[in-house]
Amino acid sequence: MQRTTMDLWVGLFVVMGIAALMILSLKVGNLNVYNPSQSYVISGNFENIGGLKVRAPVKSAGVVVGRVTDIQFSTQTYDAVVTMNMDSRYLFPKDTFASILTSGLLGEQYIGLAAGGDEAMLKDGDKIMKTNSAMVLEELIGRFLFNKAAEDDSK
Amino acid sequence: MPKRIVAGIRNIGHRVIDGVWRLGVASRFFLLVLFKSGTSLRRFNLVIRELYFTGVLSLIIIVVSGLFVGMVLGLQGYETLQKYGSESAVGTLVALSLVRELGPVVAALLFASRAGSAITAEIGLMKATEQLSAMSMMAVDPVARVVAPRFWSGVISMPLLAAIFSVMGVFGGYLVTVVFIGVDEGTFWSQMQDAVDFRFDIMNGFIKSCYFGVAVTAIAVFEGYDAPPTAEGVSGATTRTVVTSSLAILGLDFILTAFMFRGVS
Amino acid sequence: MTSEHLIEISGLNFSYDTRAILKGIDMTMQRGKVIAIMGGSGSGKTTLLRLIGGVIQPTSGYVKFAGQVVHELDRDALFKLRRKMGMLFQFGALFTDLSVFDNVAFQMREHTNLPESMIRDLVLMKLHAVGLRGAHQLMPNQLSGGMARRVALARSIALDPMLIMYDEPFTGLDPISLSVIGNLIRRLTDALGMTSIVVTHDVQESLKIVDYVYFIADGVIAAEGTPQEVRASVAPFVHQFVHGEEDGPVPFHYPAQSYQKDLNLENKRA
Repeated sequence: MQRTTMDLWVGLFVVMGIAALMILSLKVGNLNVYNPSQSYVISGNFENIGGLKVRAPVKSAGVVVGRVTDIQFSTQTYDAVVTMNMDSRYLFPKDTFASILTSGLLGEQYIGLAAGGDEAMLKDGDKIMKTNSAMVLEELIGRFLFNKAAEDDSK
Repeated sequence: MPKRIVAGIRNIGHRVIDGVWRLGVASRFFLLVLFKSGTSLRRFNLVIRELYFTGVLSLIIIVVSGLFVGMVLGLQGYETLQKYGSESAVGTLVALSLVRELGPVVAALLFASRAGSAITAEIGLMKATEQLSAMSMMAVDPVARVVAPRFWSGVISMPLLAAIFSVMGVFGGYLVTVVFIGVDEGTFWSQMQDAVDFRFDIMNGFIKSCYFGVAVTAIAVFEGYDAPPTAEGVSGATTRTVVTSSLAILGLDFILTAFMFRGVS
Repeated sequence: MTSEHLIEISGLNFSYDTRAILKGIDMTMQRGKVIAIMGGSGSGKTTLLRLIGGVIQPTSGYVKFAGQVVHELDRDALFKLRRKMGMLFQFGALFTDLSVFDNVAFQMREHTNLPESMIRDLVLMKLHAVGLRGAHQLMPNQLSGGMARRVALARSIALDPMLIMYDEPFTGLDPISLSVIGNLIRRLTDALGMTSIVVTHDVQESLKIVDYVYFIADGVIAAEGTPQEVRASVAPFVHQFVHGEEDGPVPFHYPAQSYQKDLNLENKRA
């Protein structure tokens, strides 16, 4: 085998390998959607996070704007502290409303942000004050039954 | 009867001592290879030559198997997901299984049987035909000149091969589900991109394949260098390379997965 | 370094585990001579070569090469020493993944910084010396056994060593290749002023070309002398070896109890 042909093949192989890694990162993965180096961190307290997991998306109007990076239980307020890493291209008002939603009937849970009207924007390390807990099926059924009973009583 | 029990226990002890001893020899050899890698990194064309044999010649089997594994994943995934009405998630299924597990693991298994066995056979034959002795009589260290370049070529080509395998697999899945079955192309890619995380999935898969590359080539060069210098010795060593490195890949995979994904779900 | 003895071996002992291979060998080898070491299979001839090359360590005694005690050298010094030695292995041991040219050029490329054009000239000169200049593009698997050994010979003289050791250079060769190799050993030794040690059991061929012969049996030197002395020797061992007699001091039968006893003939008679 000639040296030059061998070099050519090896070069081709390395280029293919690196191209494959690039495709994996950009086309298959979400490196282009979400860049952790340009981000800011906010957090929020939720009474009940349901099935929310670390790495769940944070969406606003259906667009992924960040990811959940940490979930802790607070012994001061006895609720869950959820830390989110937000894409710094998207800024939200201070009175933004965060709720835990479910995609589809059985899908993953995510945090939905609904922007408020405040002039001041959330900064790195800020806390979202207005939160809404996850829907828990038992509570839903319980509320439904309670309402039904109340309706029956009033008749 | 007690005599037989004692003999049995002694047999177990004998095997364990032998195994540990061999592991020790292998580890010392591994350190020796690392220690003597200076030459091959300084004269990098030695490594490039070996990259041709380990990397380029493994390319065909990696590309073809990747494509077929991806196609099967797409087909099976579609059949199953369709029952729950979530066939749009097929892209996620194909990509996640490939990037996290099948890419690094299957590529490493193929690599062990294609390139690992070739490395063992080559070094074993060089030993059997006294080429290694001749080299050391010419004042050239065979570990630095023969073993180290092969080791590094394996370490370099394994992650690249695993990435190529994963990409071919995703392409195969795309081919079956989008082109043949008719899943919406947009949802296929967007669902996939939504679920596959760069750091947790792609980087971890990449790190795994690096570990596999080190393990497979370290086993291959050790078995070759340690092979009895006869025809049976070399063929036995080649078999041992494939068996040992396959077991090492699967065992390492479990350990690495346990470490990487423990905190996630 | 002015000593005319290139190699001095004194009181050399070597044993694997508890099995003694060499028991007190004394030899001196002069510069510019071809020395043969003969002996039956398993008599420790190859072990002796490995001790001279510093591949293994003696149990006691020493080998002195050009004034340096081989086993006392550290790795770097030993490798430096080995550049002054060449070794021809039994079947040549050519690097199968390199062409004939690259095989001969191997040591020059590893140990010198010569420009490629000069390496080319040197390699062709070495190949010319063994008559294979025309074969420089072939791969080792395209060579016959005799040619492979000539290429290996060209490779071992690549850096003009002071000593070449031949491990069974005549094994498995046809009569023509055999005398070609034999004559090459003699010619190259004289032309390059080096010393050659030939380990062999081909008595007739080697007696034609060597200056001095050592016989090794059971780890000791059984006899020594010039070819004339050896041919004329009446010592029973040498006589048996040189003339290839079946029985003699080296018995045909492996030591055993009496034949009658093994076949249970004694018991029947009793």
